[in-house]
Amino acid sequence: MYRYDQYDQAIVDARVDEFRDQVARRLAGELTEDQFKPLRLKNGLYLQLHAYMLRVAIPYGTLDGRQMRMLAHIARKYDRDYGHFTTRQNIQYNWIKLEEAGDILADLASVEMHAIQTSGNCIRNISSDQFAGAAADEVGDPRPWAELLRQWSTFHPEFSYLPRKFKIAVVGSDTDRAAIQLHDIGLQLVEQGGELGFKVFVGGGMGRTPIIGACIKDFLPARHFLSYQEAILRVYNRYGRRDNIYKARIKILVTELGAEEFARQVEAEWREILPLGIDAPVAEIERIEGFFAPPPFETGLADDVDLSDPDFAVWVKQNVHAHKVPGYAIATISLKPVGGIPGDASSAQIERIADLAERYSFDEIRVTHAQNLVLPHVRKADLYALWQGLRDADLANANLDLASDIIACPGLDYCSLANARSIPVAQALAERLAPIERDLGELKIKISGCINACGHHHAGHIGILGVDRKGEENYQLLLGGSGAEDASLAKIIGPGFTQDGVVEAVDKVLGRYRELRTDGERFLDTYRRVGVDPFKAAVYG
Amino acid sequence: MVELRFRDDAAVDEPGTTLDGFLDQSNATAVRIEAGEDVRRLLPFLDRLRLVEIAFPTYRDGRGYSAARILREAGYTGELRAAGDVLVDQLWFMRRTGFDSFAPEKALDPAAVERALNRYASVYQRAADGRPPVWKLRHG
Repeated sequence: MYRYDQYDQAIVDARVDEFRDQVARRLAGELTEDQFKPLRLKNGLYLQLHAYMLRVAIPYGTLDGRQMRMLAHIARKYDRDYGHFTTRQNIQYNWIKLEEAGDILADLASVEMHAIQTSGNCIRNISSDQFAGAAADEVGDPRPWAELLRQWSTFHPEFSYLPRKFKIAVVGSDTDRAAIQLHDIGLQLVEQGGELGFKVFVGGGMGRTPIIGACIKDFLPARHFLSYQEAILRVYNRYGRRDNIYKARIKILVTELGAEEFARQVEAEWREILPLGIDAPVAEIERIEGFFAPPPFETGLADDVDLSDPDFAVWVKQNVHAHKVPGYAIATISLKPVGGIPGDASSAQIERIADLAERYSFDEIRVTHAQNLVLPHVRKADLYALWQGLRDADLANANLDLASDIIACPGLDYCSLANARSIPVAQALAERLAPIERDLGELKIKISGCINACGHHHAGHIGILGVDRKGEENYQLLLGGSGAEDASLAKIIGPGFTQDGVVEAVDKVLGRYRELRTDGERFLDTYRRVGVDPFKAAVYG
Repeated sequence: MVELRFRDDAAVDEPGTTLDGFLDQSNATAVRIEAGEDVRRLLPFLDRLRLVEIAFPTYRDGRGYSAARILREAGYTGELRAAGDVLVDQLWFMRRTGFDSFAPEKALDPAAVERALNRYASVYQRAADGRPPVWKLRHG
C-alpha cells in the first residue's frame, strides 16, 4: 500500500482548506452556482435528484482496513448508513449536505484519502486490475505506475480544463480485468527484451458513442511513462472538440483524425517535451514500488482446502481465484445479493470487511470495476473462516461473474441525468435468473439508466439501456459486448421493452442459449458463433 | 484592463494585434491569441515579442493553458497575459503554466487571490513556473 509522505499529506490537506473556502464563498453568494459547479465537481460533489452526492476516490481500487473504517464512519455520520461502490473503483455517498462536505474531506484526509478529480473535465481516478500484485499472470504490478499517474495528474495545471472528462486505466497482464480498451487511455505493462514498458491504447470509451481504443504505441519505455501521457493530453487539450459536449471526448478526436494521424501528432509533441524533464526519475519509481512490495507471505503452506461444507464449496468454486504464491488465494466479496442494490454496502458490512482484511489478507482490500470487493492475499487455510465471517454479514454471495452479479448504475432512483431506473431491473433480473445461474455459467449483465453508459451496457454480454420514450421508461436490449481482453461492443437487437418485458426478453435469450450452446460454451461465445438472429427470433418471434 | 501583474518591467501599452495581423506585420510587439489558434506560429518571432495576450472566452476553455506552456517551453520571456473569463480559482494553474499578468473581465478579490496563489506549498509536476515537482524534492 502506498503511504503519503509530508508532501502528499500537505497537498491533500491544502485541498480541504481550498474546498472549505469555495463552499463558504458559495454559501455567502460570492460564487454563482455556475461558477461553483466545476469547482465542486473537481471534488466529486454532484447535485443529484434528491441531495448532493459525494464521490470519493479509491486510487486504483486499493485500500486498507483503516481507510475502510473511515468509509463506514462517513456513511454512518454524514449519510444514511451505506455507501455505493462504483464501476470506477470509487465509493459514492448519496445523501450529503453541502455544509458538511468540508468536514468529510477532512475526515478522508486523516486516512490519506480524498475526492480530488472524481468528477469534472479533468483526469479522473486512475483505475487498475483488482488482482494486481496477486495474479499469477502479471508481468509486473501496475499499481506503482497508477500511483505515479495519480500524483502527476493531481492538479495538473495544463490539464484541469480539458474538453471533457478523461479516464486512464493500467493493467499488468494479458488478462484485462480493468476494461482498458474502453478508457480514454489504456495502459498495459509489457516486457520487451528484458525492459519494462507499456502498450498504449487511446480513444476507447462508452457513453453515447462507444468505441474500442486503438493501440498507438506497442512499446513505450517505462522511463518515458509520464512524458508520453503528457503528449497525449496536450494534443487532446488543444484539438479535442469543445463545440459539442457529445463530441468532446478524446475518442471522437482519435476517430476524426484516424489513429495513425493522432499517433503521429502525439509523437511530434512528445519529441518537443521529452527534453524538458517531465519524467519522474528511476529513484521515484523505485520509492513508489517499495510500497507495493509483496507482503510477508509464508512459505510451505498446503494448497488443500476442506470443501466438505457444500455452501462453502460453491463459494470457493465461484468467488476464489488462483494466487501467484502457493498456499494463498484471491477471494472476491460479491456486493450483489439477490434483490439488493448492486455495489451497495452498509457501514456494518464495510467494517466487517475491514476486520476480515486485517485478519486474513495482510490488511488489503480492492474494489473491482464490477462493483465487488476483493481480499487479495488469503491463506487457503483461512478461507473457511473468512467465508463464515462474510456469511454472518450477508456477504457470502457465491455469484461472481454469474447472472445475478449485475453491474448497474444508480439510475433514476438517484441520478439527475438518468432517463430510467436501473436498480429495479437489476433486482428483477437477479431474482429471475438466480435459480438457474449456475447452469448458465459466466454471464455479464450490465445495465445503464441513460445513454451515458455508467452501467457499461455496451460491454455487457447482455446489456440493457434504459431510455425515455414519450415519458415512459423503456429498455433496449443489447447482446455480445465484452470489456475484457477480447473487447467487443454489444449491439441493440430490436425494439425496446417495458421493465417487465425486458426481463422476459432476457429470459427468452437465455432459453435459446441453453438450446444452442455446446458443452461448456459461455453465452458470449455462443452468441459470437451463431450471431444475433436466433436470439432475435426467440425474443420477437 | 490589467489587474494583476507579476513582472518588474514596464507594461506594454500597445494593444495586441490579431495573430494573422501580427504575422503580416514586421514591427508589432504585441499579439492576442484567440482560443484554438496555434501559438507555435509565433515561435519564429519570440525575440521581438513583448506581450502575448491569450483569450479565455470562458473559464471552461482550457486551451490557453497549453498555449502558454508551449510559449514558455520555447523560451518566450516576455509578458504572457490571460484575458477574459479569468477567475480566482484558475489563477494558480495559470501562474503554473507561465502567465504573469491577468486581465479579468470581473474584478478579483485581492484577499482571495492571495490565498489561491499561496495555498499549495508543493506541486506534483514540472510546468512552466520553475517549481520543482515533489519527486525532485524527495530525491534532490
